[in-house]
Amino acid sequence: MISRRDFLQTSMAASAIVGGSGFGNWAALAAQQSLTQDQLLQFDTFGNVSLIHVTDIHGQLKPIYFREPEINLGVGAASGQMPHITGADFRRAYGIADGSASHYALTYNDFTALAQTYGKVGGLDRVSTVINSIRADRPDALLLDGGDTWHGSYTCYHTQAQDMVNVMNALKPDAMTFHWEFTLGSDRISELVGGLPYAALGQNIFDAEWDEPAELFSPYKFFERGGVKIGVIGQAFPYMPIANPGWMFPEYSFGIRDQRMQEMVDEVRAMGAELVVVLSHNGFDVDKKMAGRVQGIDVILSGHTHDALPEPVQVGQTFVIASGSNGKFVSRVDLDVRDGKMMGIRHKLIPIFSDVIAPDPAITRLIDEQRAPFETELTEVIGQADGLLYRRGNFNGTWDDLICQALIEERDADISMSPGVRWGPSILPGQDITREDIWNVTSMTYPNAYRTEMTGEFIHVIMEDVADNLFNVDPYYQQGGDMVRVGGMGYKIDVSKKQGERVTDMVLLKTGEKIDPAKTYTVSGWASVNEGTEGPPIWDVVENYIRRKGVVEVKENTSVSYSGA
Amino acid sequence: MEFTRRDTLALGLGAAALTVLPIRAVAAWDDVITAFTGGAEVGEGGLTLTAPEIAENGNTVPVSVDAPGAAAIMIVATGNPTPNVATFNFGELAGSQSASTRIRLAGTQDVVAVARMADGSFVQTQSTVKVTIGGCGG
Repeated sequence: MISRRDFLQTSMAASAIVGGSGFGNWAALAAQQSLTQDQLLQFDTFGNVSLIHVTDIHGQLKPIYFREPEINLGVGAASGQMPHITGADFRRAYGIADGSASHYALTYNDFTALAQTYGKVGGLDRVSTVINSIRADRPDALLLDGGDTWHGSYTCYHTQAQDMVNVMNALKPDAMTFHWEFTLGSDRISELVGGLPYAALGQNIFDAEWDEPAELFSPYKFFERGGVKIGVIGQAFPYMPIANPGWMFPEYSFGIRDQRMQEMVDEVRAMGAELVVVLSHNGFDVDKKMAGRVQGIDVILSGHTHDALPEPVQVGQTFVIASGSNGKFVSRVDLDVRDGKMMGIRHKLIPIFSDVIAPDPAITRLIDEQRAPFETELTEVIGQADGLLYRRGNFNGTWDDLICQALIEERDADISMSPGVRWGPSILPGQDITREDIWNVTSMTYPNAYRTEMTGEFIHVIMEDVADNLFNVDPYYQQGGDMVRVGGMGYKIDVSKKQGERVTDMVLLKTGEKIDPAKTYTVSGWASVNEGTEGPPIWDVVENYIRRKGVVEVKENTSVSYSGA
Repeated sequence: MEFTRRDTLALGLGAAALTVLPIRAVAAWDDVITAFTGGAEVGEGGLTLTAPEIAENGNTVPVSVDAPGAAAIMIVATGNPTPNVATFNFGELAGSQSASTRIRLAGTQDVVAVARMADGSFVQTQSTVKVTIGGCGG
């Protein structure tokens, strides 16, 4: 028997995004002619509640290019499941036509060619237009920010995120949760959150000393919209003091705390919530697992792992929504809530094509104001690259290859390491690389490029440790980054193995010799979580390198080979 | 279900590896539990162990145990040089049979809790706590 909810889910799938109907094939049409703002925003308003989800904007106020990953492996139960399907397989799964706008927005293939056709994505002034359009349909729609908003650019760093706070405040969100925001340090977090005109949520943000909920944040916020009582529960990134420098926010403790999540769901239900939404920075696989363990969540708006999925993933009676990163997408979720229950869902992942969606002039002005004091520094051209620079992917990306090579040459090292973060826009071949572009892939509050000695054995321990943070079969033990990028060293990895057995055949590329566990190597890297790390900021290292090269050569990287997925 | 010769060989190897490897590592903490239970059969259920999946700081990991109706609860860190962490005894007038503490963990390992219930039966539960060097967040 097909339940009412199953039936609605089917109708949801049939009417979901963009893909199926398609925007035509790209050989015949140019995006600017075929794609219209009306098409992108077209949505048959449904039910009585609308949610608008943005997440992982990472300081990107202006339009950018962003290439989605080629390699995004799932392990254990996640193997072969969304979002661990990429490229042509992803397009087939959602019925997306090759060369279409959705192809460009959601998959990596032919990125450079399609970028010429479809142009840049994102820009918070375009996002504002989309939000305004949804609010025109549904004035009391809830706007929810999944966090990683106050981080990731030159202006964000130099204003301690005031630029992002000013622009986001103008978009009038209803609630937000957090991750990189904490790397601004406890004092700045207190200052910004204390003055926030909307709810700062995180049921898992605790006081480290007393192991009690932190006073500055609320576990949830209660709304009444469209006559529906809605509980929105926040879930901050669970592993902040591990993945980021805990010494910058020693007062706080996190963790998944799904027992408390259950208590919060029960609490808001007892208060009369007819709809329970979790605004999460768990990462997609963690959210899927949590949806299976915590009963009573209707919708999880998922962030952190930067996945962009054109349809919700259903786990039991919970719908998990993934809305991409870097301002590239906005999710609209319309819900039909009646008799105290969610009866139906309609969803659209709206790609923000910057040349198609008209900017909201008020927000453009506001963004320009934030940038004006830094305009000269931002726009200085440092050099070019002869290939596409991108970051996303489990093992390496050309941006990190460039950064790793810069570390080896500028810091005179045998081996270099660059963190497997998932933020950072792409740069097309031959496009001017400005200082802003370099900061977009390096900006953080712990940027020092260290130079140190490590034994081969210790390097292996690091590789295994990071690999387990990514490929542990239990999502609750994953931290949601990609593998640490390595320069000057090749290796093999079997992602299906256990910690300690995944990484083999480590080779020093410059000599072709195997890494000797007992031998000492000079290693340069950045983004160390250790307090007191010394060295020049990574953006200076990269700027010096690009300036010296003029045009950076982008080579194919075959130093990592993987198996087991 | 059919096994090819090759599958069978692989299975045999796996079984052999299982029997050989863990004996020494397991012995110490197992003995601690046996001393607590007196070798009695240990069941499941009615005992909750709360510990982080990944420790924020391996030197001070918050753990708590809760077993309504228990007379005593023991916590064992299976990978520590001294696995015996603590045993909490609850008198008849105890308002609840729960306890919280912070423990130091030498590395990634299973933390085991064993409760002796009022009727003399035992239950056990465990949780893997990962101790990581960390450093790369999305």
